[in-house]
Amino acid sequence: MSPRAAARLESLGFTKVYDYVAGKADWGSSGLPLEGDDPSEHRAGAHARTDAPICRLGERLAEVRVRVEQAGWDTCLVVDDCGVVLGRLGRSALRREEDVSAEEAMTPGPSTVRPSARLEQMVERMRDQNLTSLPVTMSDGRLVGVLLRKDAEAGLERSGRRTKPGKRMG
Amino acid sequence: MSTPIDRNEVERLLAEDAQLVEVLPAEEYADEHLPRAINIPLKELGEETTRQLDVRRPVIVYCYDYQ
Repeated sequence: MSPRAAARLESLGFTKVYDYVAGKADWGSSGLPLEGDDPSEHRAGAHARTDAPICRLGERLAEVRVRVEQAGWDTCLVVDDCGVVLGRLGRSALRREEDVSAEEAMTPGPSTVRPSARLEQMVERMRDQNLTSLPVTMSDGRLVGVLLRKDAEAGLERSGRRTKPGKRMG
Repeated sequence: MSTPIDRNEVERLLAEDAQLVEVLPAEEYADEHLPRAINIPLKELGEETTRQLDVRRPVIVYCYDYQ
């Protein structure tokens, strides 16, 4: 759509026309603010915890487990040098006793959501899929933080918004 | 021919007083839009609606994503 708009502007005599092709989805995904009736505070990015534990592929699981427990978490994202999410260590993976690496223990390619995802949709999804958290990443896969279901539900409550009628609560 | 730009370039051009135009329908603009953006839906883009723009200054257009 925006290339056609840019072409139209040029046909109207504008000579310095730029096309932000990735658009507001990209802007919101990067955590930059948006304005309007449905603004950023109603989005996943505003509620994602940025102190979620991370580790690298080669780290030993036992060491990661200690760090995760000390931080009071029960999940850990496995990221590369650029912060791109490669995998996830959930509760059962973290409990493994074998001397393995994070890479061997992780679930590869976990589902992620964008910071611009609407909070009510995230709450619905976590309830439907019985999830307690969701990793929030930029469109290029870099980790923004982790959205906890309890934070999303509290944020939704504060906003006065609701999930779709008929959805199971709690 | 317009110039495709990324987010960093948007921020740089805005700092240089570029004009920002969301070309999605009014309801989508009302839901959320970039700070300082005005709304001229693609279907309404014409001589009349673009009078609010300064032809001498850069204009950045955007929609939702690569659509």
